[in-house]
Amino acid sequence: MAQFTLRVRRYDPNSPTGPYWQEQTVELEEHRSVLEGLLQIKALYDGSLAVRCSCRSAICGSCGVRINGEPGLACKTHLNEARAFSEAIGKGGVIEVEPLGNMPVIKDLVVDMDAVHWKKINRVTPWLIGRQPVPQREYIVPREAMLDVTQTMACIQCGACVSDCLAMEADPEFIGPAALAKAYRFVGDPRDDRREERVRELAEDPHGIFECTHCFKCVQACPKEVNPMGQIIRLRRIASADLGIVDQNNGVRHEQAFATLVKEHGLLHEAELLPRSYGGDSWFGKFHPAAGRELLSSLRVIVKAILRGKVNPLRAIIPHRLATADRKAVQRIFDHVDGKKSPHREQRYELNLFVVGEDEPQESQEQTEVTR
Amino acid sequence: MPEHDVLIIGAGLAGQRAALAAAQAGASVGIISKVHPVRSHSVAAAGGINAAINPEDDWRSHAFDTVKGSDYLGDQDAIEVMCSEAPAEVLTLEHMGVTFHRNDRGELDLRAFGGASMKRTAYVADITGQAILHVLYERLLSHGEQITRYEEWFVTRLIQDEEGRCCGVIARDMRDGRLELFAAKAVILACGGAGQVYHPTTNGLIVTGDGIALAYRLGAPLMDMEMVQYHPTTLVENGLLITEGARGEGAILLNGKGERFMERYAPNKLELASRDVVSRAEQTEILEGRGAGPDGSGIYLDITVVGRKRILEALREIVHVGRDFAGVDITKEPILIRPGQHYIMGGVKTDVDGLTPIPGLYAAGEVACVSVHGGNRLGANSLLDTLIFGRRSGEHAARQALEMAMPRPNKHALLEEERALAAILRRDTRGRRLAEIKLELGKTMNEHVAVFRDEEVLQKALATVTRLREEAAVAQIDDRGSVFNQDLVAALELSFMLDCAEAIVLSAIERKESRGAHYRTDFPERDDDNWLKHIMVTRDGDEPKLSYSPVTITQWQPEVRTY
Repeated sequence: MAQFTLRVRRYDPNSPTGPYWQEQTVELEEHRSVLEGLLQIKALYDGSLAVRCSCRSAICGSCGVRINGEPGLACKTHLNEARAFSEAIGKGGVIEVEPLGNMPVIKDLVVDMDAVHWKKINRVTPWLIGRQPVPQREYIVPREAMLDVTQTMACIQCGACVSDCLAMEADPEFIGPAALAKAYRFVGDPRDDRREERVRELAEDPHGIFECTHCFKCVQACPKEVNPMGQIIRLRRIASADLGIVDQNNGVRHEQAFATLVKEHGLLHEAELLPRSYGGDSWFGKFHPAAGRELLSSLRVIVKAILRGKVNPLRAIIPHRLATADRKAVQRIFDHVDGKKSPHREQRYELNLFVVGEDEPQESQEQTEVTR
Repeated sequence: MPEHDVLIIGAGLAGQRAALAAAQAGASVGIISKVHPVRSHSVAAAGGINAAINPEDDWRSHAFDTVKGSDYLGDQDAIEVMCSEAPAEVLTLEHMGVTFHRNDRGELDLRAFGGASMKRTAYVADITGQAILHVLYERLLSHGEQITRYEEWFVTRLIQDEEGRCCGVIARDMRDGRLELFAAKAVILACGGAGQVYHPTTNGLIVTGDGIALAYRLGAPLMDMEMVQYHPTTLVENGLLITEGARGEGAILLNGKGERFMERYAPNKLELASRDVVSRAEQTEILEGRGAGPDGSGIYLDITVVGRKRILEALREIVHVGRDFAGVDITKEPILIRPGQHYIMGGVKTDVDGLTPIPGLYAAGEVACVSVHGGNRLGANSLLDTLIFGRRSGEHAARQALEMAMPRPNKHALLEEERALAAILRRDTRGRRLAEIKLELGKTMNEHVAVFRDEEVLQKALATVTRLREEAAVAQIDDRGSVFNQDLVAALELSFMLDCAEAIVLSAIERKESRGAHYRTDFPERDDDNWLKHIMVTRDGDEPKLSYSPVTITQWQPEVRTY
């Protein structure tokens, strides 16, 4: 048995006192969960502490909370690990437990998921629209396709990713990581009849897939390896590569121009980046009126940068070129990632751990590299 | 006053399936759940769902396996209904969007499961319950206009009219403490089992026997309550479940001496004998000193033999459970398990349409006893039970409801209930703590009403339950507020659990033979001459009354049961 001090954020709308912190020491074995700590507080000291919980095994999704500032499931977080983390971040080993963020608090650790999370889920038409005609028996679909959507099906709707989504903090209307991962569950499902329309709607919605800023917070928060950001990236690739949708804030063309320049030169040719992002991904891009307009509006910044010696006008015209051998090595990386040299790997599965099958530390690092 | 043709209590698989069926039959539906529907405990069902879907299979084979699994206590007419309708139901789920795993030809893949004579379990990795539950909720959202959802409402009692027909319920909105009287032409109980009566249990904290107790208090008979399933593979550490799918995929059981002991107990089916048989074998090994682990109180489950790639693909969830809750990498080493409370075969007696002997009141899923599981449920038959009888209840209730007028339940009941809850909130603080009483109940049941039982320990359990009822009636309450008062809910749940415990213990004392999950060391043989019948418990006033009901046999006469 060991002692742990929990510092719990309390709030009761019935009471005239506002939110406050309550500290309580509990006694449990080292590897017991934060949820068991909270349940001990309820059982022995204060039955008025409100926390949703049921399965105790990370499958019902009820006990999403923030522990030492990080979102996760109380049942899946061990007390000794939480204490060690608290020490590491200078909170002296006291385990702080708060309600999830980005959602209104109802009482103590209970948040209003209907007001945010479920409302957003409803925005992605969250049910299968079956391909017609419905077969007599099951739909015949590739084995991998069902494994593929199982990753997003594994989402337990706990709200941990919603809690810390930075894009949602900036724009509360953003559809957000959980709902977009749910959307991929239908877009990736070969039985769905509206896959293209779904992607189109999510791409054209100003608060849709192109509003994600790739901050990785949701990937880190997810207790079930659903990888919401990965699913958003896959939706974006389908939108831009397969359906040719141009996103309103120009992120896709920027990304393409960036990659092409690195591929061609081995290093980024910065002066070309802006015109290509706006005028099209080729040397002629700079003659496109859109590129001209963008260059013109950026003129002040460009002049300032030249005057302060941050930009060398010569370098802007003659790009830095790597030695041929090095440049070829860079191109080989591109070929590998684009899948041209590895016919066994189909692009649409590349981010899916259920298909790739492994989750060893070095493997997941490789996955992350691909994403970047 | 909210009014619905069909009002469903509980939004797990049975409840949601009933709601969809009733809505499709044209009824207006209300569905009440004390938790958000996707938190319902169906979410924890891992392994899969049985259906004779393979062209070489036959539903009769599935039915026979189920009859044999039940130790001949299951009602064969109901088993025939369930097994013959299973393939169509699984295909319906597939069409709704459940992401069942496929074989290389793109058809539904099937895995082996305990007590089954061939592979007939459709699955989604080892999150089958979650996948089906979430897909049903998707369909529920798509029926938003016909189905009104009351999420996080707690039902405190059922209402009857003068003729004894169930005509509504009283429920409390947990968000603001408001008590509401609901009128309904039909009420379907679909609120699960009573696992929390035991400690430890694989069941979630919400599984507190609410529906069983609500019906019991209304005078409905509870049947087969002595039949409590101990699952063979629960973590020694904390009672969490390791799916039977692991053994279905090839995992084996080893005792402390490294012997594959199932060879002695079930030479043909080995680890895939039915659950009562495997649990008893494990418990025997442990009691006779051949257990594994530091204090010999466990058994090793060796999943490494399945192979790493297949484990990560098909048993991913238990990789997580092993890692996060037992500190064991199941792909590399065996994990320590033991039998643990998992399921209640008994429940509110119903017919094959889910109708209880009380007009207007239906039950489906674990709360009900049709009885398709009899003395012992086969793995992957519970999801099937919830869906088949959920759907049938919903359809039947809707048909009945469309032919009658909306009842007008007496508002007096609401005032009475308001006073009763206010009295709980006003309790003084001299009583025992709720959690303490609950823990004593759970430990008592797990010690005395478990895998092996006898008259003496059962009487001890009965005395304890009786004492705990008195203590629970004056237990201490900390929270007197109206918003999300979980203390009040815990007090109500505790009284439900104690009602269930009473019925379980009384039935277990009554059945003087060994059958299925009910093994009496003082009556170790199955006794078909005297006990091939169901035991029912009914509340008569405040006193429980025992009676019997015959077992329906259609085509399979009782035989000696070996695996």
